[in-house]
Amino acid sequence: MNDESLKICQGRITKKELGELYFQMLRIRLFEERIVDLYPEQEMKCPVHLCIGQEAIAAGVCIHLKKEDYVFSNHRGHGHCLAKGSDMKPLFAEFYGKITGCSRGKGGSMHLIDIPNGILGTSAIVGGGIPMGVGAALASNLKGENRVTVIFFGDGAFEEGAFYESFNFAALKKLPVVFVCENNFYATNSRQEARQAVCKISGTAAAFDAHGICIDGNDVLEVYRAAGDAVAKARSGRGPSLIEAKTYRWKGHVGPEEDWTKGCRPEDELREWKEKCPVKRFKEALSSGNIMDKAEMDGMEAKIKAELDEAVDFAKKSPYPDTIELLKDVYVEA
Amino acid sequence: MPWTKIYSNRAEFDKALKDNPDLRGIAYKDALREATAQLLSSDPSVFVIGEGVDDAGGVFGTTKGLQEEFGAKRVMDSPLSENGITGIAVGAAAAGMKPILVHMRVDFLPLSIDQIMNHAAKWRYMFGGSVSVPIVIRSIIGRGWGSAAQHSQSLQAMFMNIPGLKVIMPATPFDAKGMLISAVKDGNPVVMIEHRWLYEHVGYVPKEMYTVPLGKAIVRRTGADATIVAISHMVHESIQAAEALEAEGINCEVIDLRTLKPLDTETIAESVEKTGRLIVADTGWKDAGVGAEVIARVAEAGLLLKAPAVRVNLPEAPTPASPVLEKAYYPGKNEIIEAVRKVSSYGKAQA
Ligand SMILES: Cc1ncc(C[n+]2csc(CCOP(=O)(O)OP(=O)(O)O)c2C)c(N)n1
Ligand SMILES: [Mg+2]
Repeated sequence: MNDESLKICQGRITKKELGELYFQMLRIRLFEERIVDLYPEQEMKCPVHLCIGQEAIAAGVCIHLKKEDYVFSNHRGHGHCLAKGSDMKPLFAEFYGKITGCSRGKGGSMHLIDIPNGILGTSAIVGGGIPMGVGAALASNLKGENRVTVIFFGDGAFEEGAFYESFNFAALKKLPVVFVCENNFYATNSRQEARQAVCKISGTAAAFDAHGICIDGNDVLEVYRAAGDAVAKARSGRGPSLIEAKTYRWKGHVGPEEDWTKGCRPEDELREWKEKCPVKRFKEALSSGNIMDKAEMDGMEAKIKAELDEAVDFAKKSPYPDTIELLKDVYVEA
Repeated sequence: MPWTKIYSNRAEFDKALKDNPDLRGIAYKDALREATAQLLSSDPSVFVIGEGVDDAGGVFGTTKGLQEEFGAKRVMDSPLSENGITGIAVGAAAAGMKPILVHMRVDFLPLSIDQIMNHAAKWRYMFGGSVSVPIVIRSIIGRGWGSAAQHSQSLQAMFMNIPGLKVIMPATPFDAKGMLISAVKDGNPVVMIEHRWLYEHVGYVPKEMYTVPLGKAIVRRTGADATIVAISHMVHESIQAAEALEAEGINCEVIDLRTLKPLDTETIAESVEKTGRLIVADTGWKDAGVGAEVIARVAEAGLLLKAPAVRVNLPEAPTPASPVLEKAYYPGKNEIIEAVRKVSSYGKAQA
């Protein structure tokens, strides 16, 4: 990102929105970093898939959404929930397995939910959320609501048959869906080229006569523009779009550690991507463009840290579920 | 036989090894790796395919280094396309190959169920026996650390219901190796379900290639008072329960089913005829599960029990994530002990 890209955007983005984008990205970054700090205590007894390095996508997309719009996510879903407006408290409580968690301690970090903010639950089966997202969009169509559904999924999920089946249906019915593929080039430790014949995910949209675009997912303004177009298109009944946002996850597939030490990925690659840090790039652009000064940014950081302190405290102090919960919620009770 | 014995911990095994230096001990995961390596080198039609089979971890060590050793044509990573890849492996099998397809979790098998149930299981029969599908589908049961509902299921019962499939769940390193080799040589589609908690178990494993017959259960411990029929990880819990119960003067026979389909009714019936008391310890859910089938077989054999049979299963709910709920969720040694006490005291207290 540079001043140029900031200028291009300024015609259509307000200063308030720029501040909001920075705030959300920073909020996601600090949230994930807090998990990194606390995880070694071994009190969060569930697998955590962190999205450090990928924050710009959730922030740049969700800023276009209304509270009632739907978001479907995956195992790496903390950032999506936060950007959609989720409170940190029930998320942390869920990681700690507490009754005050968003899923009452039943789901853990891979199964987050926030119905008032349009998140109907998160699947840890790769690709599982894609058809469900299309289904939610179908429901809003059938009910005559004007909701948009955004489906976040990875480059790995793009290989599941469910993606093609769902995309076809969404295109066929001109459903208000935005498919957002967060292409971080890896599925677990397997590289995209080892799994895909043509590494051009966005190109698939053309086969369904839908709109596809490939963007720098670490440039929040590029995400902002592409998502703005796609959401507007969906909202006006012109069908689905596919956004492929290229990015990189800094931590290992699961857990708080970097994985190059285990031989999963080259260290150079990680170092290069850290140079392209989405938060740092945007922060620099905002300062050099005189959009925000240091005091404002520091203020945001302090505010987020206070929110985090409160959330962690809440989670740690909350009670565990009673074991009576074990057999509850399997069925709707009469 | 030394390898039919179950060692509950490493120290116990090391001691046994010292007493018998001719025998060689390796972990369950290494036994699987060794079997796979030997299959790959002895039969050019064998190949391994699955998500991450080539990665540094090598599916918990079970495929570690195999790609370096045998090349990317024999050991191939796969896209995240479970149904398609399963079908591709089924097609390759119909065309003369012997694929070993690896799924990191049993929970991903439902994505492939069409190819397993509608295709692999039926292909031979549907065409009057003119073609067969020699495929082995390996998959792993996860447990603990908040694995939760989609990463910890035990779905063996689903596969037991389908004619044309074989279902195996080896509980020891010796069986893991011998049964994987048998499964690949079997000629039929075989679903193999491994429990992740077994991977570090150490036991006797001969270096050379050998087979353990499919369809044969094994008595792991003899006893006259009650029969515990167990599978997979629950075999180990049952042995521990049986050891604890000995102090109370209750002698349990522990049967490790090893193969769930076809089920070895004979071994079960022989034991139950002797003990008259039956407990089934399963890693999965109760309804229409392993226990249901075992008890039905005993009933069909006309054996009369001295006490109602008891099943030890997961509660009727998906797996919760919270550590307190997870702890309450899984039955183990203690629940088996309770079950044995219940069948042993039946009729006595009331009298
Ligand atoms: C159907 C299915 N297959 C395999 C897995 C195991 N798994 C969990 S996440 C993952 C990688 C997903 O990669 P991608 O979609 O690119 O998302 P990322 O982790 O990179 O965000 C895999 C293979 C799973 N959970 N579900
Ligand atoms: Mg990825």
